[in-house]
Amino acid sequence: MTCVATPTLVKGSRSTRSTIALKILMAVTGLVFIGYVLLHMYGNLKVFAGQEAFDEYAHHLRTFGEPMLPYGGLLWVIRAVLLLSVIGHAYSAFALWSRASKARTHKYVMMKAVTATLSSRMMRWGGVALLLFVVFHLLHLTTHTINVNGDPGSPYERLVSSFQPGQWWVAVIYLLAMLALAMHLRHGVFSVSQTLGYSNNARSRARANFAGVFLAVVIAGGFALVPLSILFGIVD
Amino acid sequence: MKIKLKIWRQPNAGTKGAMHDYDLAEVSEDMSFLEMLDLLNENLNEQGEDPVAFDSDCREGICGTCSLMINGQAHGPDVATTCQLHMRSFKDGDTITVEPWRAEAFPVLKDLIVDRSAFDRIIQSGGFISANTGSAPEANNLPVEKAKADRAFDVATCIGCGACVAACPNGSASLFVGAKITHLGELPQGQPERDMRVVDMVAQADYEGFGGCTNIGECTAACPKEIPQDVISQLNKDLRTAMKHGH
Repeated sequence: MTCVATPTLVKGSRSTRSTIALKILMAVTGLVFIGYVLLHMYGNLKVFAGQEAFDEYAHHLRTFGEPMLPYGGLLWVIRAVLLLSVIGHAYSAFALWSRASKARTHKYVMMKAVTATLSSRMMRWGGVALLLFVVFHLLHLTTHTINVNGDPGSPYERLVSSFQPGQWWVAVIYLLAMLALAMHLRHGVFSVSQTLGYSNNARSRARANFAGVFLAVVIAGGFALVPLSILFGIVD
Repeated sequence: MKIKLKIWRQPNAGTKGAMHDYDLAEVSEDMSFLEMLDLLNENLNEQGEDPVAFDSDCREGICGTCSLMINGQAHGPDVATTCQLHMRSFKDGDTITVEPWRAEAFPVLKDLIVDRSAFDRIIQSGGFISANTGSAPEANNLPVEKAKADRAFDVATCIGCGACVAACPNGSASLFVGAKITHLGELPQGQPERDMRVVDMVAQADYEGFGGCTNIGECTAACPKEIPQDVISQLNKDLRTAMKHGH
């Protein structure tokens, strides 16, 4: 049996076929999501400005860019970009996940994690959870397929009626999803910086780490304020 | 001190292995971990049993030959190679689990010995520089910035032991490849092949079956030479630069 002997060297290697190219695809699509959730969170916070401001904002999103864009045109452009990003993000994630499980098929009897954060270890299943949540969220507040409390006319009313204490489980689903989002962002932001090559020394690595925690708290916290405020009757 | 050992025994690459229990008495806390295994093997020899096969060479922490997953940590609980780990890091009566590095790219040859020639092939694929033959050039002709020289030297301390791969949940060799890329990439002599080097070394690592990096940091925590995680950022940056240059 020849275990060692003849070295096999790869010929005609290309950067675009590497695992790092997959990571770069994941990082860039991740940046698209970060930009999107920041804007989405900003829009949600309009709920604190009252029904008129919130509904006006929702309407304006659809008339944005008229007459250059048709009614709802901007939203469709955003949806197309997000859909492409989801495909790229999930494709690279599953390709790398399957590679990683093939890289060690024989597990250790004993394996200790020394520095791994919970967030970093939850990236894959947390990502799957977020994907399922996005499907639920779209069925709930975009297509209204899941109707938790009648179908009131305006976006504001639909939002407020969804998170009433009577249907506390809706708020729980959203809050759990925000916890998953916070954890995904906490490691994801740091990972973007590493993958795109922006943390080449200890200081920039610490900064990237801080940015991860900061964005996780701001974005997930900002989102969570809305269902929490409705649940506790601050917004009605 | 007395210890209990749970050790992976596997007669050869083609045979299935299993964990075996051994009791060992009269272990001195001044012994290195490998000397403790030597003691076990002396006992096994006396009993006519096959001694436990493990890798070791310099036994002073500079060659990178020793390995071992000890109680779930590459090279054990200290930031050092296994040969520099001493039994005083354990307590009397402890049970110690000893396993080989686990990665498809590092197949077990026997007991605790794995074949790490995948690393050699990664080095072969790009871990070199081209130099003109002839008389040696005047050393001061090629100034190297202090910060760059320091970083190149720090990452050149990588001894290629494979602890990074062993500790990585993805079985990735990114810390190793990153150390080599950074070491040569910081120096003027490393510039001509810089793009080609990163593309070839990454392709070779992928081909060998190592996983991708998820920036968890277990590699750098396990590294006996404390190679920092930023060499992986450097690796990614160099690959992206090579991509831009059309490689």
